[in-house]
Amino acid sequence: MPEIKNYTLNFGPQHPAAHGVLRLVLEMDGEVIERADPHIGLLHRATEKLAETKPYNQTIGYMDRLDYVSMMCNEHGYVLAIEKLLDIEIPERARYIRVMFDEITRILNHLMWIGTHALDVGAMTMFLYAFREREDLMDMYEAVSGARMHATYYRPGGVARDLPDAMPQYLESRWRSSKEAARLNENRQGSLLDFAEDFARRFPTYIDEYETLLTDNRIWKQRTVGIGVVSEDRAYQLGFTGPMLRGSGVEWDLRKKQPYEVYDRMDFSIPVGTNGDCYDRYLVRVEEMRQSNSIIKQCIQWLRANPGIVISENHKVAPPRREELKADMEGLIHHFKLFTEGYTLPEGEVYTSIEHPKGEFGVYLVSDGANKPYRLKIRAPGFAHLSSMNEMAQGHMLADVVAIIGTQDIVFGEIDR
Amino acid sequence: MSNPRQQLADALRAAFGDRVDSVVVGFNEVTLEVAADNLVAVATELRDDSQFQFQQLLDVCGVDYSQFGRDEWITEDASRSGFSRGVTAASSSGRLQFGDELESLTPQGRRFAAVYHLISYAHNRRLRLRVFANDDDFPMVPTVTGIWASADWYEREAFDLFGILFSDHPDLRRILTDYGFVGHPFRKDFPMVGNVEMRYDPERERVVYEPVTIEARVLVPRVKRQDHRYLMDDQEEAQDDA
Repeated sequence: MPEIKNYTLNFGPQHPAAHGVLRLVLEMDGEVIERADPHIGLLHRATEKLAETKPYNQTIGYMDRLDYVSMMCNEHGYVLAIEKLLDIEIPERARYIRVMFDEITRILNHLMWIGTHALDVGAMTMFLYAFREREDLMDMYEAVSGARMHATYYRPGGVARDLPDAMPQYLESRWRSSKEAARLNENRQGSLLDFAEDFARRFPTYIDEYETLLTDNRIWKQRTVGIGVVSEDRAYQLGFTGPMLRGSGVEWDLRKKQPYEVYDRMDFSIPVGTNGDCYDRYLVRVEEMRQSNSIIKQCIQWLRANPGIVISENHKVAPPRREELKADMEGLIHHFKLFTEGYTLPEGEVYTSIEHPKGEFGVYLVSDGANKPYRLKIRAPGFAHLSSMNEMAQGHMLADVVAIIGTQDIVFGEIDR
Repeated sequence: MSNPRQQLADALRAAFGDRVDSVVVGFNEVTLEVAADNLVAVATELRDDSQFQFQQLLDVCGVDYSQFGRDEWITEDASRSGFSRGVTAASSSGRLQFGDELESLTPQGRRFAAVYHLISYAHNRRLRLRVFANDDDFPMVPTVTGIWASADWYEREAFDLFGILFSDHPDLRRILTDYGFVGHPFRKDFPMVGNVEMRYDPERERVVYEPVTIEARVLVPRVKRQDHRYLMDDQEEAQDDA
């Protein structure tokens, strides 16, 4: 019988289950993890330092590229910090649009998560289902901003433009027959709100489909129940926020506890887990999708009834309309100053946070009164979650590491920044 | 004093007295400044004292204050003499090149700070804690990993990017930069374009590092305006105080 010694295993950075560029150095005793040492930073782009060299508005685009599966939520955190320092009011319609797109983003993120998590654990179908729905949500992004992912839609003072009255249409092509195109365009005949409403009507049935596949699935439960258990106390200690914290039984949601925008007018509830394992976090996130869907419906209702401006009329911060630019000297000056120099913020420091799909996304902004940030720190939820990898994986089998990475909802854009 | 932020600030002053350097309320947020020597004691109390209960450390942020307030364009007398092109090489962090020195604007011991963001789930409130490192050349701050486990990676990050050393940290390695990286990239005197660039050398059949060849550029200079709106705010505040 040969003697078996401990050995180290390199997991990633090119492993498909590493969700990007995670290099995990695992110290193994047979199949059991003794120590996990994640090496991160392979996607480090120094976003925070780049932001120091640019006027405030030019950094919004970088925010999309942090957590690149929940783009608008990142923008939201950043834009809120600027607005807090500037102390400006934003139009109510913009607030509702932001809330609606935050929730669209949350569903977008959770779909990505459920698809990849299930794929890693062995359920291929989930991935295909989740990406089918993501397509519709991406179309909403595209309709409103022109980009399917990196929207740069939120601006200090509101949002870039109002919701469009028409949806982009599919065209007939060599690969798509006119019949097929007509079928795809069926629910795209009205405005964006009609399309979103149609989606919100269909979506609960889709979640039921996912749950039919997973919730009582024997293999899914074997792979997730009792895996990566984190107690409430440890969750605080390890810096857990969002669904990771709620999975451990803490009823905490910034949308309820420290409401921003118009979340205090929304009717929704916070799902909470009890055991703090991967399965509970799965249930929490699935329920969050249902709640988000209900918030989207409430926003659509309000937005239909209340037309109005969507960006502040304060032209020191938000650019004037095109017509004003042509006819009005003041408008021209504002436009020129905004796009060459930007605006200056008062000296001071703020920390704003939002309930990002992954947890608390915070932006700490230090301004010395210039037109660029003096220091911008992004508090990415995934960073704290990944740092707990050693504690969560210890004593588990190698295959469970994949489940734990999945449940942490890791995206390297935000962890490495 | 019904403002909850003000109440927290008063409670902090009462509880810690002269163990804290200052308690400031600004933009509806409370900032506590502590000397590095008192950090661990104050932080422990902040976590355990039932009137504070800051159970979680959300973030540790390194800050290099050495260029705080420096702009790249003289805006004061612009109307008399017209705008200059203002920016000269190495006068600002934006145009810094390899080997350039940058003069620090802060007095000794006020350059590097670690900023901690705490949250109390029991009381639903937040607190910012700032600690300055006493020595600019060898910035050192005690670790809080024993108080909040999440500090581990955050302190590694601040060490990696700013070179702030956290004494007694269990595993102070670089975290975000490359293996074998030299320097601390988020310091204000670290050039934006970096110091070295990397390419594959087909002759030597390996990756080589060479000094950077690209030039630092500033597309939009850093400008500070004596902004009318903020001046008005200050005046109003002064009137309110009086």
